[in-house]
Amino acid sequence: MTDSVTAVVFGSLASEQHTKVGGKCASLATMSQAGMPVPPGFAVLTEVFADAKEASGLMPRLNELVAHIHPEDQAALKVGAEAAREIVLSWEIPERHENCIRRMYDDLCTLSGLDQVPVAVRSSATAEDSPDASFAGEHDTYLWVVGIDDVLDRIKACWASLYTERAIAYRNQMGYDHAQVDMAVAVQKMVRPRSAGVAFTLDPTNGDRSGICIDSAWGFGEGVVSGDVTPDNFLVDKVMWTINRRTLSPKTHAHLLVDGVDGGLPKVDLVELPEDQVHAPSLTDEEIVAIARMARQAEKHYCCPQDIEWAVDADLPDGENVVLLQARPETVWSKKSRGVHAKADSMASIVDTLVNPLYARKGSQPA
Amino acid sequence: MADRFDSPYDIQTPPGAEGWEELYSYSSLFTESRRDYEDGGFWFHDGVHWPEALTPWDTTLFEFAIASLSQYNTRHYVIPPALGVDFRILNGYVYLSPVPAPMEEIEGRVPEFLERAGHYFQNWDSLYDDWLVKIRDLVQQLSALDLSGLPSREPLEVITSGAGQGSGNRLLSAYHRLLDHALTLWQYHFEFLNLGYAAYLDFFGFCKAAFPSIPDLAIAKMVAGVDVDLFRPDDELKRLARLAVSSGVDDRFDVGAIEQTFEKLASDEVGAAWIAEWEKAAEPWFNFSTGSGFYHSDKIWIENVEVPLGYIADYIVKVKEGVDLNRPVAALHVERDRVVGEYRELLDSDEDREAFDAKLGLSRTVFPYVENHNFYVEHWAHSVIWRKMRDLGNVLVEAGFIAEVEDVFMFKRAELSDVLFDLYSAWAVGTKPAGPGRWPAEIERRHGIHDALKQWSAPPALGIPPEVVTEPFTVMLWGITSDSVSAWLSSGDESADGSLSGFAASPGLVEGPARVIFSADQISEIEDGEILVAPLTAPSWAPVFGKIKATVTDVGGMMSHAAIVCREYGLPAVTGTAFGTKTIKTGQVIRVDGNTGKVQVLDD
Repeated sequence: MTDSVTAVVFGSLASEQHTKVGGKCASLATMSQAGMPVPPGFAVLTEVFADAKEASGLMPRLNELVAHIHPEDQAALKVGAEAAREIVLSWEIPERHENCIRRMYDDLCTLSGLDQVPVAVRSSATAEDSPDASFAGEHDTYLWVVGIDDVLDRIKACWASLYTERAIAYRNQMGYDHAQVDMAVAVQKMVRPRSAGVAFTLDPTNGDRSGICIDSAWGFGEGVVSGDVTPDNFLVDKVMWTINRRTLSPKTHAHLLVDGVDGGLPKVDLVELPEDQVHAPSLTDEEIVAIARMARQAEKHYCCPQDIEWAVDADLPDGENVVLLQARPETVWSKKSRGVHAKADSMASIVDTLVNPLYARKGSQPA
Repeated sequence: MADRFDSPYDIQTPPGAEGWEELYSYSSLFTESRRDYEDGGFWFHDGVHWPEALTPWDTTLFEFAIASLSQYNTRHYVIPPALGVDFRILNGYVYLSPVPAPMEEIEGRVPEFLERAGHYFQNWDSLYDDWLVKIRDLVQQLSALDLSGLPSREPLEVITSGAGQGSGNRLLSAYHRLLDHALTLWQYHFEFLNLGYAAYLDFFGFCKAAFPSIPDLAIAKMVAGVDVDLFRPDDELKRLARLAVSSGVDDRFDVGAIEQTFEKLASDEVGAAWIAEWEKAAEPWFNFSTGSGFYHSDKIWIENVEVPLGYIADYIVKVKEGVDLNRPVAALHVERDRVVGEYRELLDSDEDREAFDAKLGLSRTVFPYVENHNFYVEHWAHSVIWRKMRDLGNVLVEAGFIAEVEDVFMFKRAELSDVLFDLYSAWAVGTKPAGPGRWPAEIERRHGIHDALKQWSAPPALGIPPEVVTEPFTVMLWGITSDSVSAWLSSGDESADGSLSGFAASPGLVEGPARVIFSADQISEIEDGEILVAPLTAPSWAPVFGKIKATVTDVGGMMSHAAIVCREYGLPAVTGTAFGTKTIKTGQVIRVDGNTGKVQVLDD
C-alpha cells in the first residue's frame, strides 16, 4: 500500500495547497519559501482530519451533541464540548496518513541530528468557509512534544480544540455547520529559546516607519505576549541598522523549560531568574540586528508592516540562531497617515525650520 | 543636577596668569560695565575650533570669524530668529553666546530674509563658482604681500621710476593689508555657510518629522558628498605612495631618517620626477594644518614635510602589502543611494516624497560649499597668513624687538601697528627704535602668563543655560543641544560609573585600548588597534585612521570634521563627550558605541 502525501514540509507546500493547510501552516510555508528562517517542520493537511473524521463514523453523533446547544447556555456548552472533544480524541488516523506523518517526523529527527526531536504541534484552522480563522490563538498548541506516538496524540488534540465552548457557541450563533469545519496541524521543530519575543516593523510609540521595535525576554516568548514579564525593548533603524534606543528591564521571571515530574514531559513554567540574568540584556547587539533584518524581510515580502514572533535558539550556532516563529500584519499604525505635510515652497519651509526648529523640542520630551 | 553653570565673574585666574587680560582686546573680555547682560547669559566654550588657550595675535582670526558669522546673520541675510554670536575670552579660552532676535521682530525679519537668502539659494551654483575664483584670488593676494625687512637704502629704481614712496610704507601697509585680507577671508567664509546650514537644517527637520528616530548620521549620509576637497590631501599622499612603489623609489622613504628623503630622491632622474609630482600636489593640497587651522602652532604639511612624508612611508608599506588604498567611491555612492531610496520609500505619501526630493536636492546643492570651504579658508589661506606673520617675525627678530620668530604671535594685532611704526620711524630717522628696550621682557612675561593659561582646564559652559537651545547654528556648528547642556550640568553625577555620552557620529561598536592624544605632535604615539581619544581631530589626521579602531572626542557634533572623516573611514566615533580626555587614560580598555553615542571604560 502506498503512503499518501498528506504531510508536507513547509518548504515544499505548493501555493495551491495553502488554502488547504490553514493560516498557520500557510504562513510558515510562505515564509520558509521566501527564505525566512522559520524552524523546520511539516504541515498535516486537512485531508487527514477529514479522512479520520469520515473513518470514525462518529460525526453524526458529534454533531448531535453540539449542534443544538444554545450559545448562551454555559452549562450545556461545557458538557457538550467535553464530550465532543472526547470523541475527536478517539478517532483513528488512517494508516496511510499515519505512515506519512511518521516518515515526516523521522526526516525531521534526521535533520535535527536527534533520535527524537522535540516538536511543537500547532493547530492551523482553515480560513475558508469557516469561522475558525477568527479563533486564531484560541486553538491549542502543544510544546515540547517528543516521540511519534505523542506527536500523533497531539495532532488529535489539536483537532479536538475545534470543540471549545466558545467555538461551539460561535458556530451555533452564526449557523455554521460543525461538519464543515476542518483543521490542519503544523508540526515544527521545537525551538529551545535562550531568548524570545516579538517585533514590530514600525515604532509602536509613534508610528515611525523607519524603526523596528523589538520586545525581548529570557526563555520562551509566552511571557512577552501575555505580559507577565517586562521585556527589554530595542529600537533599530531599518535603513542604517543602528540600535537607536535600548531599554533594559528587570526580568525577574522567565518562561523556561522545566523537567517533567517522574520522567514525564518537560514543560514550560514561569521560573524566577538568578540575579545576574535579571538586569543583563536578553539579546546581543548582533542578535538585535539579525531579528530586525528578519522582520524587515517579512515586511518587504508581505508589503506591509509586520508584527512577528521570533526566538534565539540555544541549540544553534551564533549567526544562525535567530528564527522566525510567526508573522502577521500590524494593524494599528499601518492604517494611520503619518504625513509630514511640509510647506511645498522651500524658502517658506526654511523659515519655519529656523523659527521653530524641531530639535529644540528634543530635550524637552519626556525620556 | 545644578541649574546653572559658574558665573564668568566667579572664575579664578590660574596661578601665574595674573594680568592675562592685558593679552587680549578689551572688547573681548567680560567687563564690569556689561555685567548684567553677561552674567545672565549662556556662554559655551568652543573647543571645536579653539580647544587651547590663545596667544594674543591668534585671537585675530577668532574675532574676525565670529564677527563675520554674526554680521551675515544680523546685517546681510536677516536670519529671522537669530542675531549674531557674541564672544568673549576668559583665561585665554573662547566662549560664545548666541544672541536671539527679539521675539517681536522675528516676523518682520521674514520678508527681508526671503528676498536676500532667496537670491543666494536661487543662484547658488553660479555664486559658488564666483566664490572659488574670489577665494583663490584672495589667497594669491595674501601670498603676494611683502613682509620683508627694511633696506639700508631704497633701491635706485625707486628713485628712477618716480615711485614716490618707500619700504617703510610698504611694510606698514602690507601688515594692514594682511589684516584686511584676513577679515575679507572670513567675510567670504560666511557668505555661504549660514545659508548652507539653514537649507540642511530644513531637510534635517523634515526627516526628523517623518522619522522621529532617524539617526542624525543617516541624514548626514544622504546629503554628504563622496568626492570632497577635504579628502584630497590624503588622496594625494596615497597617489604619491603608489608612485614611489611603481617607480621603484620606495626604498628611499626610511621612517628613521625621513629628513634625508628629498636628498636621496634628488640624486637621480626617477627621484626627481617623484619630487616634481610632490610639488604639483603640495600646492595647494599640502597647505593642510594638523590642527583646526586656528593656531599658529598647528603644523602645516608643506612646512613640516616629515609629517606627510611619514604618512607616505606608512602608505608605501601598505601598498607593498597589496592593500587597496583607494576609497571605495563607487560603493559609497551605491550606499548613499540605497539609504536615500529606502527612507524615501518609507515616506507616507507622494506629496511627502516630493518635498523630500526638493529638500534633499537643495541640501545637496549647498553641501559642497559646507564641506569644501574648510580647506580653502582654515587650511590654505590660514597657512599663508601664518607664513606671512613669520616673515614679519623675522623682521622683528633682526631688529631686536623679539628673541624668536614665534614671539610675533605674542603681540596683540593692534600693537603691531605701533611696533611697526616704531621700527619704521627709527629706520627713517636713522636712530634706534624704542621697542628692543621694551618688548623682549614684556614678551617673556606674556609667555609666562600664556604657559599658565595653557594648564587651565576650561569649563564647557558658563552662566545660565536657556530652557531649550534653539539657535540653529549653535546646534549645527557646535553640536550644542538642550541634551548636551543638561549632560554637562549633570557631569558630576555621571562620571561615577566611568561612562560618557556624546554624539553617535559614526556607527559601530568596538572595544580596545585607549590612546589619549592632546595635540597633533603626539600622533606618532598611536599604535595599531588603539582607540583614539582626543579633544578633537583634524581632517589632516586622516592617515592615522587606517591604524585606529574608533575615535572619541571631547567636542564637536554630527557635522564636526572628526565626524565626517570617521564616517568616511568607516570607524565608530563618539563626538562631543566633553570629558573624554579627562576621564579616559591611555591604556585603559574602553568600549565605544558609535550607534548610541556611549563610551564606557571597561577596566581601570
